[in-house]
Amino acid sequence: MKKDLVSIKSLAVDELELILNTAFSFKDVLKRDIKKVPTLRGKTVVNLFFEPSTRTRTSFELAEKRLSADVYNFSVPTSSVVKGESLYDTIKTIQAYGADYIVIRHFCSGVPFLLSGMVSASVINAGDGTNEHPTQALLDAFTIKEKKGEIKGLNIAIVGDIRHSRVARSNTYSLIKLGANIRYIAPATLMPCCVPEGVKVFYDINEGLRGVDVIMALRVQKERMDKAFFPSEREYFKLYGITAERVNLADSNVIIMHPGPMNRGIEISSEVADSTKAVILEQVTNGIAVRMAVLYLIGDSNE
Amino acid sequence: MSKSLLIKDARVIDSKNDIDASGSILIKDGKIASISIGHPISYNKEETMVIDASPYIVTPGLVDLHVHLREPGFEHKETIQTGTYAAIRGGFTAVCPMANTNPVNDNATVTSFMIRKAIQEGYCYLFPVGAITKGQNGLELAEMALMREAGAVAFSDDGKPVMNSLVMRRALEYSKYLDVPIISHAEDDNLSDGGLINEGHVSSELGIKGIPSASEEVMIARDLALARLTGGRLHIAHVSTKWSVELIRRAKVEGINVTAETCPHYFTLSEQEALGYNTLAKVNPPLRTEEDMLAIKEGLRDGTIDVIATDHAPHHKDEKLLEFDKAPFGISGFDTALSLSLNLVREGLLTYKELFKKLSSMPASIIKIKGGSINIGDEANLIIIDTEKKYILTEEVMYSKGKNTPFLNRELQGKVVYTIFKERIYHESS
Repeated sequence: MKKDLVSIKSLAVDELELILNTAFSFKDVLKRDIKKVPTLRGKTVVNLFFEPSTRTRTSFELAEKRLSADVYNFSVPTSSVVKGESLYDTIKTIQAYGADYIVIRHFCSGVPFLLSGMVSASVINAGDGTNEHPTQALLDAFTIKEKKGEIKGLNIAIVGDIRHSRVARSNTYSLIKLGANIRYIAPATLMPCCVPEGVKVFYDINEGLRGVDVIMALRVQKERMDKAFFPSEREYFKLYGITAERVNLADSNVIIMHPGPMNRGIEISSEVADSTKAVILEQVTNGIAVRMAVLYLIGDSNE
Repeated sequence: MSKSLLIKDARVIDSKNDIDASGSILIKDGKIASISIGHPISYNKEETMVIDASPYIVTPGLVDLHVHLREPGFEHKETIQTGTYAAIRGGFTAVCPMANTNPVNDNATVTSFMIRKAIQEGYCYLFPVGAITKGQNGLELAEMALMREAGAVAFSDDGKPVMNSLVMRRALEYSKYLDVPIISHAEDDNLSDGGLINEGHVSSELGIKGIPSASEEVMIARDLALARLTGGRLHIAHVSTKWSVELIRRAKVEGINVTAETCPHYFTLSEQEALGYNTLAKVNPPLRTEEDMLAIKEGLRDGTIDVIATDHAPHHKDEKLLEFDKAPFGISGFDTALSLSLNLVREGLLTYKELFKKLSSMPASIIKIKGGSINIGDEANLIIIDTEKKYILTEEVMYSKGKNTPFLNRELQGKVVYTIFKERIYHESS
């Protein structure tokens, strides 16, 4: 594989499939009594988070530790970045520490891409601005594959704030590559300006959910109301909330996904979130396996 | 220099006097002494330095209505000294620096400082553009008449729009007495909403927030309506979209008192340049689509767009090395403007006369300064251009302190061989 994982967009289909298949083996490791393998012993991973994150960061850290890597967390509020150091200098410093892998989350789109050209360490994008969140898309694809066996030909609805969602973008790239049919369901204010070719757009959720195999709910940021994207949580839930009645419009074996953290009663009802159709907690577990696979595979080419 | 200078057998282009012919120009003591079109010129061989300009064009020095020289306040980016030097080497003998300095040029003291500094350390004429509103805050009018008295030639809050329509109305009204243009940085801040590049396929591809074309178009529409209401003189800066051109075209048909400018990057480059998160292509207004580029060219061809200005916006290298969101907007323009503009002639879109009208005589007449033509007795502010000369643009060959241009490492064609500014001569290799 390539040195870095900066985007799903730049991945070839066989690379995608290799990561997913490798993740299945790592999931077996996670089921063992001793959940640790020596794969990355002696390697240093720096987790560089310029944006608050609990879930993704914990998931990466667990994946790294289960591969026996030395893990260093570089968190922004305590670092020299707040003293005005430029990204360029921060990165060069981390490189000088001898990092073999840099896992980066940044609030600006494109930073992992720029970083990958600046350092010899392998760069893994843990979410950049409104651009991509590749490992989230990989764990989502893994979860769908695990539940449905095959992704090709599935009808998958992505519902919510698609315009601002790097999760939606990465998922769209990966699921199209893997042969799924994508539907976007959102108010027009939260649709992206250019919808990728082949994606069907629905403003009416009842129409959009009809017969789908997978529903992916996205988190709705409450601050969007301040900028007139929609008038109120109440109206949003009424128009786009994923409720049990709406889930009934989908295929009877539908699975419900959410990248977390959830806003119950805004984008999804508690009844749906806690139902047997929801695979939200399995996504969390799968995240560790997929991140182990990514670290293992891009590490492989470093040998 | 010797007392006299003869530019011999050049292709003389003087858009204002409608000349495009082979001829010679004799300069004495920094002034045009005689012009001879089509027949030999008489001169004193002993006292005259002769430039054999037979393969070259000679035309009046270029006038740039829209530049940022960064002084006072941002001298690490550019100064009046370095900026006017880059200007003169790029063929410009008069430049109009915008008011977004620190302090803002919103009062006669700053205006006078700029002019004095240019006289002391500068290389070409400098005609400041004063701010429309105090501190460029868009709320209260700045002291336009006092700045006019100190030498300001136009007013603009460039870099920021005047969002309040009533304030813009007042500015267009108040400036009528001063007979100066109000230059509109046409952008609706609310619509731009922190966008970074053109809203469209490329912003979508990069996951970067876009600035819609409508952000520019609604403000142009508003300002045209206000110019119609007030009869004030409106000049639209850096036109970048197809529909903007169409709005201005219709307004001109209606007889609204409006002129418009674009910049070389808007007819040369598209939004594609931003791919790879290239901060050198981050500019405001943003680079648009191929369709917009074609419309800009058509606007230049049919006369809807009157002026080509650089919007020279130098920045320090470290600033463009930042994350795409944090890197400042702007392209350094003095070093490339002429080469890029000559492409319009090479493509058959404009004649040389039409091109130099947009680069020289038209901007001069908008701000009512001398220049843009070659007349006996006038100061000899002329440029001699080798239109065939090809070169690779590198940081080393650029004169501006700001090396921030997406044209770096590209081949450009057409170069100033000599700039003559009063009694000074600058040669390409000197």
